[in-house]
Amino acid sequence: MKAITIKAMWRPLALAIFAVALTGCATTTGKIDPYEKYNRKVFAFNDAVDTHALKPAATAYKRVLPGVVQTGVNNFFYNLSDVWSSANNLMQGKGERGLSDMTRVVINSTFGLAGLLDIATDAGLPRHTEDFGQTLGYWGVPPGPYVMLPLLGPSTLRDTVGLPLDIAADPWGYGVTSRVRNLGTVLRVVDQRAVLLDASTLLEAAALGDRYEFIRDGYLQQRKSKVFDGEISRKAAKEARADEEPDARGIAAPYVDTDPDAVKKDSKANLKAEPITEPITEPKAEPKAEPKADPVKPVSSETPAK
Amino acid sequence: MKLIKQLIAAAALTFATSAIAAPATEAPDALVKRISADVIDSAKADKDIQAGNQQKVMSLVETKILPHVDFQRMTALAAGRHWRDASAEQQKLLANEFRTLLIFTYSGALSQIKNETVDFKPLRASPSDQEVEVRSSVNVQRGDPVTLNYRLAKTPQGWKIFDINVLGAWLVETYKGTFATEIGKSGIDGLIKALAERNKKLASKPVTTKK
Repeated sequence: MKAITIKAMWRPLALAIFAVALTGCATTTGKIDPYEKYNRKVFAFNDAVDTHALKPAATAYKRVLPGVVQTGVNNFFYNLSDVWSSANNLMQGKGERGLSDMTRVVINSTFGLAGLLDIATDAGLPRHTEDFGQTLGYWGVPPGPYVMLPLLGPSTLRDTVGLPLDIAADPWGYGVTSRVRNLGTVLRVVDQRAVLLDASTLLEAAALGDRYEFIRDGYLQQRKSKVFDGEISRKAAKEARADEEPDARGIAAPYVDTDPDAVKKDSKANLKAEPITEPITEPKAEPKAEPKADPVKPVSSETPAK
Repeated sequence: MKLIKQLIAAAALTFATSAIAAPATEAPDALVKRISADVIDSAKADKDIQAGNQQKVMSLVETKILPHVDFQRMTALAAGRHWRDASAEQQKLLANEFRTLLIFTYSGALSQIKNETVDFKPLRASPSDQEVEVRSSVNVQRGDPVTLNYRLAKTPQGWKIFDINVLGAWLVETYKGTFATEIGKSGIDGLIKALAERNKKLASKPVTTKK
């Protein structure tokens, strides 16, 4: 009884806490970017780091390393992030997606050689990336003002609050020495930048005038879209999920008849399967000889006619 | 008898084909699917495009995509309330420059197509809607599937695209802020000049990345 009442209280309580925190920090509802002065400075800093360190590293990484290795690195780190994505999907009440992501992790970690290969996507289980900021947003926490984080890039106040949890829940780094962990993190960051190289070149071309403003407007839209999976509200997202085909069917489909009655029949038949009592013998060769003799005859009878 | 049969068959055929050829507006999702498949197949098949030949990509965009886009409406939406303040001449110039910018930008995107596939979501619209949203997602090699949505409006010439959403960001909305700032600084002529300068720079420096 106690547990149920706490659970029932959790959501409104959490919303209340965050609402108070956000209204305390933000100035007015009119501006989406009250921290603009600070954000621009951080943006300039991030830009400098990117231009002088990260982008050259990512360009070299992309050019030098074989594509297979790059894909392996990418798959490995995405596999790790799938663990937290699965948890977030479940926290948002998206049971099917949460289980699907869990299955992804299991499949890719075992058959996919510790995550280097992404077999699950080919098997019909697409990735559903979610983070704690999206979970908060899904349950109604407003994004709050735009925040530009040092090195990490654009974010919102809500997502920044959720970030420590995202970092703590990331499986990478647990159980390895700090040196390995740091090297891994650098590799992950360079790989991510390499993936975004083409997109960032496109952005350079598309952005007119103030890049900061262009990136901000694009980012805020994109974030909002991610929270509700491309829909405008939680209700709409739920309805859209109902339209989707269940993911796990991708694996089950080739093996199960689509007729549910046939499935029931089959399973019943399997229970009654009799054990094999006769020894398995080689197929007799004699009966085959006879049919072979027959075709020969008509051919020979035809030729005289020609 | 044979001749009469032939005449009847010919008449029936003519009626049948004329009925089929009767002008029927293509459904918006069918239109987008067709253009999408057409463009992707052309981009994959053409080695010059894969290598990043800017001229070829732009001609692909101009022949296969542009006839289906309503740039006038797109520019008007991005300019917002300033559109009404612009003269007809300014409107035309602005729409043209914006169009050129988008061609350069999206040519860059098209030349990066390799083995991507596109999944279309079921269209949720009633037959009487004048504006619809067609949703798709592009499955890329590395990373999450990329959302690619289109907003189309019904015109006398058929359905026309007037807004595109890539990765959750609508094009018109993303440019609204930039347009408003630029117009605030130096008016509509200033915006046209800024766009023209940007386009000149893009023409000389190809957008496509070297492979």
